[in-house]
Amino acid sequence: MSQQTTQHRKYEARPPIASVGVIGWIRQNLFNSPLNSVLTIIIMAGLVQLLPPVTKWAFIDSVWFTSADVCKDTSGACWSVISQNLRFILFGFYPYDEHWRPITSVLILFGLFWLSYYRQFWSKKLLYGWLVGLVVMGVLMKGGIFGLVPVETTQWSGISLTLLLSLFGLTAAYPLGVMLALGRRSTLPAVKTLCVIYIELIRGVPLISLLFMSSVMFPLFLPEGVTIDKILRAQVAIILFTAAYIAEVVRGGLQAIPKGQYEAAEALGLEYGLKMRLIILPQALKVVIPPTVSILISAFKDTSLVIIIGLFDIMKTTKTTLANPEWMGFSTEAYIFIAILYFLGCFSMSNFSRNLEKTLKT
Amino acid sequence: MTEQTANTFDASSSEPIIEIIDMHKWYGDFHVLSDINLSVERGERIVICGPSGSGKSTLIRCINRLEQHQRGKIIVDNIELSNDLKNIEKIRAEVGMVFQHFNLFPHLTILENLTLGPIWVRKEPKKEAEETAMYYLNKVQIAEQAKKYPGQLSGGQQQRVAIARSLCMKPKVMLFDEPTSALDPEMVKEVLDVMIDLAQEGMTMLVVSHEMGFARSVAHRVLFMDSGQIVEQNTPEEFFHNPQNERTQKFLSQILH
Repeated sequence: MSQQTTQHRKYEARPPIASVGVIGWIRQNLFNSPLNSVLTIIIMAGLVQLLPPVTKWAFIDSVWFTSADVCKDTSGACWSVISQNLRFILFGFYPYDEHWRPITSVLILFGLFWLSYYRQFWSKKLLYGWLVGLVVMGVLMKGGIFGLVPVETTQWSGISLTLLLSLFGLTAAYPLGVMLALGRRSTLPAVKTLCVIYIELIRGVPLISLLFMSSVMFPLFLPEGVTIDKILRAQVAIILFTAAYIAEVVRGGLQAIPKGQYEAAEALGLEYGLKMRLIILPQALKVVIPPTVSILISAFKDTSLVIIIGLFDIMKTTKTTLANPEWMGFSTEAYIFIAILYFLGCFSMSNFSRNLEKTLKT
Repeated sequence: MTEQTANTFDASSSEPIIEIIDMHKWYGDFHVLSDINLSVERGERIVICGPSGSGKSTLIRCINRLEQHQRGKIIVDNIELSNDLKNIEKIRAEVGMVFQHFNLFPHLTILENLTLGPIWVRKEPKKEAEETAMYYLNKVQIAEQAKKYPGQLSGGQQQRVAIARSLCMKPKVMLFDEPTSALDPEMVKEVLDVMIDLAQEGMTMLVVSHEMGFARSVAHRVLFMDSGQIVEQNTPEEFFHNPQNERTQKFLSQILH
């Protein structure tokens, strides 16, 4: 019997043109079903209608670095409202000559954020970097030593205030939330009850009412002569509020961890703290990264509510600019600018969360 | 057969490492374990079998207090199990446990799974713990997987890692809670082989299992449980060839064909 050999013919075939490249992509994504084709055409028609006038308004007919008078004569966008008032919008009532201090602080903060974004920089050094950075930022903002002119916290405003409230609001709320979640699942009845009451009470009221309470009611309970910084009070209200929401999300994560993990950790003889720190929390917190970041994003945006207790965050400085008779009527441009800033903040947070999920292999 | 492990145990020379006296346990109103009396000598190997729901898993889970008993006494290594957390942690460090579903820590590598207990509970230096871990990984023949995560291993491999993880704590007793019943059939043997090795080194073992071949060749004593009670106990020889109790006879006729 002759040995049978199968010959593999090699085909030098390429996929049909219609399935690769630009045409392939368009066919697969835009026209892959009758409904999608119709939707694509409708949206295209809408864009054709909308894009030219918007572009014309925003870029072609717009003015960028002019006085308010020039603005009134143009039909396009008046971006000058931002460029001419940028320093007030960003730094508010912080003394004009000292603006380099909040600028440096914000740059340090962004630098630290940027480093923290990448997993390969995560180390003890980065942690020390944060601690040193926070102290430097604090000294820069507050002044009073090293020949820096002291600046009262009541003058801290604009983007520095927004970032301050967000940064501390989020970083302090997270551990507090985790502790509340653990407390709510505790077997000790007193601890459990306290945590349940706390979480349900805080979640039961809007942030605005907490802010009002912190600014109006809380001082009434203090002995005469004692005052607590207004920013600090708002900060605490934001922390307490956000923590309650984080607690519930983390509790969900804790419940998602199989019982076997708890038992295996216990069977090794790990005590409660170690069991949670080494086995349960690393898994639970990883599961809830998406909803946690959701809460952090909304907390970041909610800091703009401090406007109602008279703090000048970036929202309020913008509104103040628009209240100036000279610049009245250009609110669209100003709010678009603020929206872009908030969007950049939120978008980088959600990017960070996706990046984190990838590096932690969830 | 050349190496039929001598299934006789000379109890006179040693003192019991586990003593359970008149122990009862309820889940709500349901009496899961009733009137359990059991004494385990150092080096003794016991296989516990019985129909599902008979309380055999609950019994061994009471020994390291993953379940709490309500009446009677359990004394492990001269420490009585009570609500004292420090005592419970001490006992758990001395008693290794292998679960049906392995329960490896999925976020840690195999090596980290093994060194976690020694480093945090036994306070061993990291290097020493890693050496011990590699020794046991070699022993269960998966040293080359040390850097992988549990999810990348087969069921049999995971269970061998779980056994190695317990051994790294240098336990005095090993509890096995149906270690092979979640495994694909072709992986049962590799896990049983590791357990037989362990038996030959003189480890004290309590094994909840339906592997009758394993019971025959390794156990000193086979316990049969039904409805929360120890119905019959005997040497494997007697237990399989000459069961006394009617329920035991019925059970054996159903699982031995």
